[in-house]
Amino acid sequence: MSAKSKFILLHPKDNVFVCTTFCKSGEKVSISGNDIILDKDITVGHKVAGSTLAAGEKVFKCGAPIGSMIEAVNCGDHVHMHNLKSDYLASHLRTATGEQDA
Amino acid sequence: MPKLSEGYKRADGGLGIRNEVLVIYLVECAHHVARRIVEESGKGNSQLIGFPGCFPNEYALKIMKGLTTHPNTAGALLVSLGCEAFNREELAKTIEASGRPVETLVIQENGGTLETIRRGKEAVARLRETADKTAKAPMNISDLVVGTICGGSDGTSGISANPAVGRCFDELVKQGSACIFEETGELIGCEQIMKERAVTPELGDQIVSSVNKAADYYTVLGYGSFAPGNAEGGLTTLEEKSIGAYSKSGDSPISGLIKPGDIPPTGGLYLMDVIPDGEVRFGFPNISDNAEIVEMIASGAHLILFTTGRGSVVGSAISPVIKVCANPETYAKLSHDMDVNAGRILLGEADIDEVGQEIFDHVDAVASGRPSVSEELGHQEFILTYKSFEPIGPSCLPTR
Repeated sequence: MSAKSKFILLHPKDNVFVCTTFCKSGEKVSISGNDIILDKDITVGHKVAGSTLAAGEKVFKCGAPIGSMIEAVNCGDHVHMHNLKSDYLASHLRTATGEQDA
Repeated sequence: MPKLSEGYKRADGGLGIRNEVLVIYLVECAHHVARRIVEESGKGNSQLIGFPGCFPNEYALKIMKGLTTHPNTAGALLVSLGCEAFNREELAKTIEASGRPVETLVIQENGGTLETIRRGKEAVARLRETADKTAKAPMNISDLVVGTICGGSDGTSGISANPAVGRCFDELVKQGSACIFEETGELIGCEQIMKERAVTPELGDQIVSSVNKAADYYTVLGYGSFAPGNAEGGLTTLEEKSIGAYSKSGDSPISGLIKPGDIPPTGGLYLMDVIPDGEVRFGFPNISDNAEIVEMIASGAHLILFTTGRGSVVGSAISPVIKVCANPETYAKLSHDMDVNAGRILLGEADIDEVGQEIFDHVDAVASGRPSVSEELGHQEFILTYKSFEPIGPSCLPTR
């Protein structure tokens, strides 16, 4: 791990990096050996793609799946609500809260 | 085989890393008397624990049996008012059967406050004298039971301290320890991954059921599952939020599913189901972090790894608590309350493996007798409240 990296890979299986230090839009960072110019501010705890990710590809953090991409992204792109969705369908939760099954 | 120095050898075969005499009030009405006995018996000679309720509770009795026959426990003084429902005779019999000395004082039969305190101090002196004669025996990492919880979590917990504890757990399990993680309510969304890690398909099904039970329980209590603040902190999905807590468990296969007070029969990784069975009866499953710590100690945990982002300061009676601070800003403010600064991961000063190794070294040192930070500061928090559980099924435990 580079001593100055502002992003961390939490598990070898992961395909997203997590921001550990606030990064400004326009800042040049290194992700998986690629130089990336950030197109927006990235705050601590947020994720960026560790490589090109296809639509439908499962996203792994801490070695565990946290959802699937709903659109393709490039290495270094912010991964969040706008392009990642939950794969978790907790039928017992929806039933318990009275919502309709999709 | 990696060494610890030596453990306290109990008559029932247990090996402890501490040698505690417990003074136990069996109802809140006996709390003051028990506390005075502990205070007047001198620092380090006894610890205070108790159950406040007057109504009977099988769970509280089971937990008390686990705590009083814990390897770190050398003996106990039970302090009863006299009219409470707690089954003090059965508890005393269990302690006695474990080969530990036990004495009981009933305030109503011993002349009230002052006389009970006087007799209690004499009892503690006797119990301490016996405890100090406890023989030592060689103890290995494989003899340890280690629990982990997170408390006062923030956005940093899941990306520094928790995965680092997971690495430490992997090493402990590799060396034969039993490791316990818990709070199925915070693992909602991780049940399928945990199922795949279970050593048998039957155990996998039990794990899924336990998480479903937790989801239903919290739904009744009106818990929100994913708050706007989570998304601001960078968490996108419910399963991602849960994985932050889940990462404390490391990568080992899951050997068993236990309930509070069940002792892991072998080394390996165990999930503790802390959600009561049946209808929601007594409120929140665990009303504060120490309630979870007590349950893991009752299941044999010699020490507890506590990860915190915002900064908890607690310790525990009976078993040392090692605090792993996730957030470097919190560490700067509360360094005197922390054992390990996992925030170094976020500052780029260490990686997860290095901090995992550092936590492991702390486990080794504290198990070998060095006080943890909270222990040194005198923290001995304890809380036990009402709950109800059904026994676990046979598919939940590995065959010995």
